[in-house]
Amino acid sequence: MSLELKAITKTFGDLTANDSIDLKVAKGEIHAILGENGAGKSTLMNIVYGLLQADSGSIWVDGNEVKINEPSDALNVGIGMVHQHFMLVPVFTVAENIVLGHETSKRGLLSLTEAKEQINKIATEFKFEINPDDLIENLPVGVQQRVEIIRALMYEAKVLILDEPTAVLTPQETDELLNMMKILKAKGTSIIFITHKLREVKAVADKITIIRLGKVVGIASPSTTQEELANLMVGRPVDLSPNRSISNVGANVLSVTNLNIYDFAGRAIIKNLNLDIKAGEILAIAGVQGNGQTELVRAIMNLEENTTGSVKLEEVEILGKSVNQTLDSGIAYIPESREVDGLIGSFTIAENLILDTHDTKPFASFGQLSATDIASNATALKKEFDIRAQSIFDTANSLSGGNKQKVVLARELSRTVKLVVAAQPTRGLDVGSIEFVHERLLAERNAGRAVLLISTELDEVTALADRIAVIYRGEILGVVDSSVTREKLGLMMAGIK
Amino acid sequence: MHNLTVQQRRQLRGLITMFVLTLFGAYVFYFNSDKTEPITFGFIVGDEWKLIKEWVIVSKTGAGIFLSLSIVGVLVGYLQLRSKRTLSLSSFIFGFSFIMAFLCWAASGKFIPFTGLLQGALMLSVPLIFGSMSGLLCEKSGVINISIEGQLLAAAFVSGIVASLTKSSIWGLVAAPFAGALISLLLAVFAIKYAVDQVIIGFVINVLVIGFTGFIYTELLIPYEATWNTGPSFSAIAIPILSKIPIIGPVLFNQTIIIYFMYLIVIAIQIALFKSRWGLRTRAIGEMPIAADSVGINVNRLRFWNVILAGFVAGIGGAYFTVGSVGGFTKQMTAGAGFIALAGLIFGKWTPKGAVIAALFFGFADNLQGTLTIIGVPIPSEFMLMVPYVATIIAVSGVVGRVRAPAADGIPYSRGNK
Amino acid sequence: MVKIEKIKNNIVLPIYAFIFAFFIGGLVIVFSDPEVMSNIKSPGKFLTSAGAKIGNAYLAVFQGSIYDINLARGESFFKGFYPLSETIVTATPLILTGLAVTLAFRSGLFNIGAQGQFIFGAIGASYVGFHFDLPPVIHPIASILAGVFLAGIYGGIVGLLKAKTGAHEVIVTIMLNYVAGFFILWLLKTTLFLRPGRIDPIAPEVSENSRLPLLLGKDLRIHAGIFIALLAALFVWWLLAKSTLGFKFRAVGSNANAARSAGISIPFVTTLTMVLCGALAGLGGAVHVLGTEHALTSGIGGSLGFDAITVALLGRAAPLGTVVAAFLFAALRTGGVTLQSNTGTPAEIIQVIQALIVLFIAAPALVKGIFRLKNTSAEKTLTAKGWNG
Repeated sequence: MSLELKAITKTFGDLTANDSIDLKVAKGEIHAILGENGAGKSTLMNIVYGLLQADSGSIWVDGNEVKINEPSDALNVGIGMVHQHFMLVPVFTVAENIVLGHETSKRGLLSLTEAKEQINKIATEFKFEINPDDLIENLPVGVQQRVEIIRALMYEAKVLILDEPTAVLTPQETDELLNMMKILKAKGTSIIFITHKLREVKAVADKITIIRLGKVVGIASPSTTQEELANLMVGRPVDLSPNRSISNVGANVLSVTNLNIYDFAGRAIIKNLNLDIKAGEILAIAGVQGNGQTELVRAIMNLEENTTGSVKLEEVEILGKSVNQTLDSGIAYIPESREVDGLIGSFTIAENLILDTHDTKPFASFGQLSATDIASNATALKKEFDIRAQSIFDTANSLSGGNKQKVVLARELSRTVKLVVAAQPTRGLDVGSIEFVHERLLAERNAGRAVLLISTELDEVTALADRIAVIYRGEILGVVDSSVTREKLGLMMAGIK
Repeated sequence: MHNLTVQQRRQLRGLITMFVLTLFGAYVFYFNSDKTEPITFGFIVGDEWKLIKEWVIVSKTGAGIFLSLSIVGVLVGYLQLRSKRTLSLSSFIFGFSFIMAFLCWAASGKFIPFTGLLQGALMLSVPLIFGSMSGLLCEKSGVINISIEGQLLAAAFVSGIVASLTKSSIWGLVAAPFAGALISLLLAVFAIKYAVDQVIIGFVINVLVIGFTGFIYTELLIPYEATWNTGPSFSAIAIPILSKIPIIGPVLFNQTIIIYFMYLIVIAIQIALFKSRWGLRTRAIGEMPIAADSVGINVNRLRFWNVILAGFVAGIGGAYFTVGSVGGFTKQMTAGAGFIALAGLIFGKWTPKGAVIAALFFGFADNLQGTLTIIGVPIPSEFMLMVPYVATIIAVSGVVGRVRAPAADGIPYSRGNK
Repeated sequence: MVKIEKIKNNIVLPIYAFIFAFFIGGLVIVFSDPEVMSNIKSPGKFLTSAGAKIGNAYLAVFQGSIYDINLARGESFFKGFYPLSETIVTATPLILTGLAVTLAFRSGLFNIGAQGQFIFGAIGASYVGFHFDLPPVIHPIASILAGVFLAGIYGGIVGLLKAKTGAHEVIVTIMLNYVAGFFILWLLKTTLFLRPGRIDPIAPEVSENSRLPLLLGKDLRIHAGIFIALLAALFVWWLLAKSTLGFKFRAVGSNANAARSAGISIPFVTTLTMVLCGALAGLGGAVHVLGTEHALTSGIGGSLGFDAITVALLGRAAPLGTVVAAFLFAALRTGGVTLQSNTGTPAEIIQVIQALIVLFIAAPALVKGIFRLKNTSAEKTLTAKGWNG
């Protein structure tokens, strides 16, 4: 089945997310859509899938115009999608998730037998291991993605959209996925592959459409070099391997010994974990999402409840202290999700910049806030961190992702600290903001502070870290030098030493 | 303690509580008790088979027997905990025997109409069960329903008036669900279409219904009572044979048609919610609406109809206040039943079964209080009246385990709201 | 620009909501009156009788709440302001309980428990008021403190339970309202509280010394409680807008996750907020007993818990808004009494109108649709959170 988009335009308020985008996907073609975060790829695909409506433009399937107002319309014409954020109900089983919306009933009661048979059939065909009765919330993300793929195949998708599918996979899993895409292609399925990773595009794509700031800026073939593709994608030459000068590594700043973290049901999420970070170094924790890194960071910040073991900051035990004491002991904390944990959306930039220092001098005296000191602090930080906003009294909600992250950085790095904990600090950011974050983290390292970086992006890890600790199912599988090969890292991320 | 899961730890705490209560009971009801008069439990209320008529036992002896039984309950609980099972059986044994021991002590020298006590308990829990089913239908699909009280009251009001105008309790019962659904419509439009905070809208709806029914009651129902507020009510229908079974028969099978409807509705909801296509979809939109949307389910439409259906169900419960019992309507006659129903829903962890058990418990506590006040016991009736409310507070504070509402409960769905 | 729009939004919208609510209230009055409805076949007669009915009803509300010329006739002009004094007396506890809801809203809590907290405030103040014999000035202060203390604890229980166990405050406060209701019923039967020589549930009158001073002589009931209420509103405003504590409250109320990550203790904020809310509602109860009622009765709470929430919602969870809303609702309430006695229209219509006003204010999109207002960007509605939030 062929798919064609003609002049798709979509605006959100003042922002034009898609500006008259044309796209032609032939039958049995793997068509990559390449663009950096915020370029408008996901918006475009959500329009094709019926989750959003275009302001103007048309969608054509096999030469006929189709109206896609709802996901059901897309499913009916044979468009399937594997979403970046999985569309699976966590408390349902695999089978329940797969039949949802396409249920078969026997005598008025739901029947899952046929679905389970079909799931097993597809799973065997693609050599997946999957139990239709497992609850989604108990499955690793890689397996959850396979559930989404199986679902799309069961609905007999003839055009399959994969939205950033490799973000949650190890390099080896990525290779398996790319292989699977080739098998599907051979069967005549058209695939739209959304990504910002050049390597993957070159490996499988037949054709590449590059999108920048909501516009198609080029159509390329896989033979185009990575540099050219990167150039098109960002609009200028990029070098995402920042200069990492030699820095003076000092004494241990953070020592984690025999740390255990238990979840609500008493299961261990982190098991006997040991870790040291020295002054003047960046230690990165690499690993596939969901292997305990989120909880590890939260435990260090004392945001987790069931923990045992020891976390020492410069020989002082901090595990079990309050979050406030933890921050005060000299840790800057850049949380994984800036919208959820980093900022208060309805607060002004100025207020967000004193979130953790609001009851210290000069911002407070005798329990009363000092508006002038809060404002002058904000003005200074806005300038220093280049926060693009009309006023320091704008709400955080009104900022772009990059500027939100700058507010968090400005707040956390303006305090005097010994350790910087940065969890997924560049997730979802555009290249310019990524460069800014990288520079600031390196500056902290060069200034003699210890930096704990948690990232699922291998490129980021290898570019920034002095040492890399690989986490797998709550355990550190090994600590390696940053000169380690991609393959070796990939194997470790999959649990192979 | 880390080798125990959080749930097991909570169960252990529950077990210890049971044990301490038993010790407390042993002291107050037995060792420190000087009550040697006999207590009589009566079992006959009508024309059921007279296998057991009554049971007479000396107060202190009875308390001793039942306290021993509650020790058995604690032991069973220990075994259940060891074999990693839930404490349902032991809780039941403990609960039953502890209450019986308490009765033996409190009603020394008195007559306890045992079957009547259960019968009354079921009747008091009827509106609670309908109400909590209404809440369940809404909340499983992701809409918080604080307005159960309003639904019950509006339905009681309308069914009373319709029954009075038509002189037919059947028409009253027919009209009631539509009144409940009308209130639901208000909730649905504001909560789903206008995305207003659901707790607030539910709350305001209650005030609106209380005000409106109160206004019409004073304006019309009192001055023109003969026309507007003299509706007939249903009488009990005894089911042949079943109603003759001692204790169970008169309690379960000699009731009005509304209670038989209730059995059907509860069973239907339990099956449909977990075994049908509608149930799967309903649970999906309450847990993760975007996932349901992405496979072509119209989230807000399904939510809308489920909320309307919920009003329908609550409406039948509302009719119970008028045509189901006394006939006429009085101001604020639901007296907070909607809020207790809501508590029962949470107490019952958002499951039909749990909600019914909770409602029965509340009904029992309420009726026990009434019975004990009539026979005169050494505890002020006000404290007995507090029991369901205090029990709810204890329940939501974690004794019954951490209760989690459906993940998307209370959050309006729109595609921007991912 | 945004600021002007915001002000417009906060003033124009409520005005439209009022007009619309009174309009529907009028329809209810007309259609439930058999006399007016008997004219339905001749439109002219129907319209005049309906207009007269509504006009008389709302005139009675005005006369009962602001100024009644009949009272002034033959006496001084100021006599006519007796209803206004009544409105202010009614507004006093409404302001305080409304603040108890408003403050909780801003910390992300829905306090349905103002009723119970109010009752405990009244109990504390009443007990100290009639049981002890203290000098003037000191006596009312001690009585108020006793009420505030009891109610603070009663509110604090809610916060503590939420902080320690996650028990949802909506459920706990609803339940505690019932518990307080039964508790006061029991208390008024005990020898400690039952007025000697009485069998109905009423406590002894509080001593003369403990009463709040009347402001405008013996004929009017207006007392110093209104100043206490306004001071409390000022305090809540300062707390939320200017203090570090209020910063924490607002942070937790707006995004508890981010607040926690920034080192703000959520159990601390939740507990303290509920203690303060309890104290505010309790202050309401104390002032009501010491200034207006003078004796504790089982019905002392009236429907204040519900009214407090409607007041806070109408006031959009802002201290100043709450004060204004409390005056408006107090006027409606006192007007409702005159409405019933003068025209026979049941006072419950006031409750209907109040609910409608809040309904329309809670759904700005609806009112804007009806009156074809432009949508503004600075939309502040109380956000939905759900049970798990």
